[in-house]
Amino acid sequence: MSVTDIQLQENTAHDDHHDDHHEQSFIEKYIFSTDHKTIAKQFLITGIFWAIIGGAFSVIFRLQLGFPDMTLEWLKPILGKWIDEGGKLDQEFYLALVTMHGTIMVFFVLTAGLSGTFSNFLIPLQIGARDMASGFMNMLSYWFFFLSSVIMFISLFLETGPAAGGWTIYPPLSALPQAIQGSAGGMTLWLVSMVFFIASTLLGGINYITTVINMRTEGMSFSRLPLTIWAFFITAVIGLLSFPVLFSAALLLVFDRSLGTSFYLSEIFIGGEALPNIGGSPILYQHLFWFLGHPEVYIVLLPALGITSEIISTNSRKPIFGYRAMIGSMLAIAFLSFIVWAHHMFVSGLNPFLGSIFMFLTLIIAVPSAVKAFNYITTLWKGNIVFTPAMLFSIGLVSFFISGGVTGIFLGNSALDINLHDTYFVVAHFHLVMGSASFFGLLAGVYHWFPKMFGRMMDEKLGYIHFWVTFVGVYLVFFPLHYIGIAGFPRRYYAFTNFDAFSAFTDLNTFVSVAAILTFGAQFIFIFNFFYSMFRGRKAPANPWRSNTLEWTTPRNPGHGNWPGAIPKVYRWPYDYSKPGAEEDFIPQHIPLSQTPESNLEEENELAKTEEVRESKNVEDSH
Amino acid sequence: MFNLIIVVAIVLILAIGYTIFRVTTLVGIAKGDTQKRVTGANKVQAALCVVFLVAGLFGFFYYSFGGLDDSFIQPIASEHGVETDKWFWITMGVTCFVFILTQILLFGFSFKYQYKEGNQAKFYPHNDKLEIVWTAIPAVVLAILVISGWKIWVDITGPAPEESEVIEVYGYQYAFAFRYPGADKQLGDYDYRKIDPINNNQVGIDYSDKAALDDFMGRELHVPKGKPVHLKIRARDVIHSVYQPNFRLQMNAVPGLPTRFWFVPTKTTAEMRAETGNPDFNYELVCNKICGKAHFSMKAIIVVDEPEDYEKWYNEQEALLKQNPGLMAQVPDNLREVAIISADLENNDSNQGVANSESENSSL
Repeated sequence: MSVTDIQLQENTAHDDHHDDHHEQSFIEKYIFSTDHKTIAKQFLITGIFWAIIGGAFSVIFRLQLGFPDMTLEWLKPILGKWIDEGGKLDQEFYLALVTMHGTIMVFFVLTAGLSGTFSNFLIPLQIGARDMASGFMNMLSYWFFFLSSVIMFISLFLETGPAAGGWTIYPPLSALPQAIQGSAGGMTLWLVSMVFFIASTLLGGINYITTVINMRTEGMSFSRLPLTIWAFFITAVIGLLSFPVLFSAALLLVFDRSLGTSFYLSEIFIGGEALPNIGGSPILYQHLFWFLGHPEVYIVLLPALGITSEIISTNSRKPIFGYRAMIGSMLAIAFLSFIVWAHHMFVSGLNPFLGSIFMFLTLIIAVPSAVKAFNYITTLWKGNIVFTPAMLFSIGLVSFFISGGVTGIFLGNSALDINLHDTYFVVAHFHLVMGSASFFGLLAGVYHWFPKMFGRMMDEKLGYIHFWVTFVGVYLVFFPLHYIGIAGFPRRYYAFTNFDAFSAFTDLNTFVSVAAILTFGAQFIFIFNFFYSMFRGRKAPANPWRSNTLEWTTPRNPGHGNWPGAIPKVYRWPYDYSKPGAEEDFIPQHIPLSQTPESNLEEENELAKTEEVRESKNVEDSH
Repeated sequence: MFNLIIVVAIVLILAIGYTIFRVTTLVGIAKGDTQKRVTGANKVQAALCVVFLVAGLFGFFYYSFGGLDDSFIQPIASEHGVETDKWFWITMGVTCFVFILTQILLFGFSFKYQYKEGNQAKFYPHNDKLEIVWTAIPAVVLAILVISGWKIWVDITGPAPEESEVIEVYGYQYAFAFRYPGADKQLGDYDYRKIDPINNNQVGIDYSDKAALDDFMGRELHVPKGKPVHLKIRARDVIHSVYQPNFRLQMNAVPGLPTRFWFVPTKTTAEMRAETGNPDFNYELVCNKICGKAHFSMKAIIVVDEPEDYEKWYNEQEALLKQNPGLMAQVPDNLREVAIISADLENNDSNQGVANSESENSSL
């Protein structure tokens, strides 16, 4: 029954597509587009824009940390009064830079840039759908994100500066402009911007979930979904359940800031006067924030892991090892991600008993993460590995995921966290496991799906150079931070000169800064490659990576509606690589089992007997 | 002029880079690389994986064992610190083993199973036994680490021993204040509305509580060696964090939510100076929660004394009330007599001042 419905829908969509194909104006096609592929590109390019800003911010504060005596006079044309007469970076602006670097990277680059790009681009293409369930909501999702971006961007230019209380914006610091300038207008714009951002994420998430559940093509059961789609699906569910909590946290903060309520404020004496607020709790904010904040880690990480699963399998020419275990571990991670949040708060004044509980829950989450890492490594074992730039970035991701993941075992242990909390050890940990790993997932995805996005290939050699400089660079930046962290250096410090205990490591800090600048510089190789290849790259073949998933059955430049003819039917899982007996080392999902008797497994031969092969002439043509 | 040269140089470098890029692209096309499924570059990448692995592991070991000038471990000076450090290094051993093993496998496999013409990958979709094994092993190892960590955590966060020295640590932008209970060994009440920077009542001591009358403030945090010290932690304006790396001690100071931390210091400042060979060594109390512009300079000195030196120092301190007679205005009438005795005000030259400031206050 449902199959017929979908068929009908497809046919209408198909007809529509031919009708209005040539009537789309420039604005409809490229700006207010409802096509998931265009929206994905919009997210990607906005994400790249933000990544440059976020990265540049980190370079500026690394200059301060690595070269504390350097004059930054030459930055005056850009930063203006934030460089004081002595040529030094303003101390408060340093905090603003740190705050905005975190906010931009976590939300605007790794949430919107990653999920927004690849969930939008790949979900319809890989499940065999014409578009998202609601193209209009999808468009709104991008434009809410755009609005949120504009507001956040404006906040950078305020006289009192952007928000400066850390990306976690803990009150009372974020609630009181008397405590820090950035909590004046900058914080207001931060909160407004985040409200639109959350709306954007929810609109996107609802769409991703609905599309995956309802619009899979015939034969595409959940057990045949590519792991990318599983990852995007689970990510969207996590986002849908956790972002509203951030919204409530932000709303209560708005009330405290503007309406005189006392949700987070209590017994504060500041600026020579005792504030009237009594009875609130700053810890309440931390609970609400981290109820999003921890799942957020997986919101940025899971899509990257999904992308990696697909790329590693394709380029090892092997099925992903433990497909079901991969799904199981993602589900476990998704569930556990909601009940570990208080491990960010072991020394916040939390009841130690709660600390104990959250320590146990936190270390459980390491198990499914370990399983994923082992599965990636086993997928490489006895493969026939083709090192495309996407593959290298995926291998790099796994390397970061392990290096950053193991340090989580220290931090999740509340007894050890006492001494490590808020030191550079934490900075090293999350920049590797969540920052760099997800960022590599994003880059891997761009290199891998660029041919489908723009119909052209990116330059491989530039990709290799970009990978090695970035990969080595990231390790040189973040690995030394572990040592600095074990020595107890606190994060978010403008300088370490005031403490004898932190007088060491000046050379190491300089080294880290140089590595950070080089790594940032290397990203311009990518940016050149990206925009150059978009227009001048080699034309992409239909299936450049010899991959199994459905997106490679579309034309080189798929139009609105993705497939010119009927949507292909799916007969097998997406990982039939190097199947014994098969002629080629891959069998795409739309090839019926009955056409491949030579490579079928026993149970597949049984299935092949009852299989109803749909005439799909168009698909063959376009393939 | 200099700037112009820099700009010209950058433009030239970019132009050269672009030319090289175009040339290699064209050479690649001429060689027919674009037609090949896998080019020679594949071998280079595989080799680089091994180079990276070897160089990375070498750097890691070299740096961790001796390549580093500075010792990056802060010498421990508390009882629980010995325990947490022990488990820190056990965890380090376990994780480094896993880290090195998995990185070797990751890059080793990448190299070994690089593409070779005519090779076929092994179709190996799953192995339930293997997956159960590597789910179970991390689970067991983690369980051991968690349970031992949990035991330490329960000890550290458990109630402070009866005989503890109770001291209040108070964080505000951008300093710490320390309040001692005085002769009665009882910290008096506090109320943030009683904070009075002019009369030096930084922490909002509530003088309607009798126990508060003899409380005194320390410029530095003095603690006795070998005795449990119970820090009662509060904050005035925003969240701060009371962090001391040598004691492996950290607890946030939260406005409106008193927190606490207790520990046993095991080395006096003098002993630490001898141990580190640094005659200027001081235990530094660090603010470790972003608290505003001067967060990075918010600190205090902790002095660990021999118990008898500590007693001596303790008894020499003057009550805040004695140092700041203006505060007498906050003492209710029925406690004035007691205040004069417990704050030792009778041998104070500034008794006159008390009366004065009282009249000033009343005139206000």
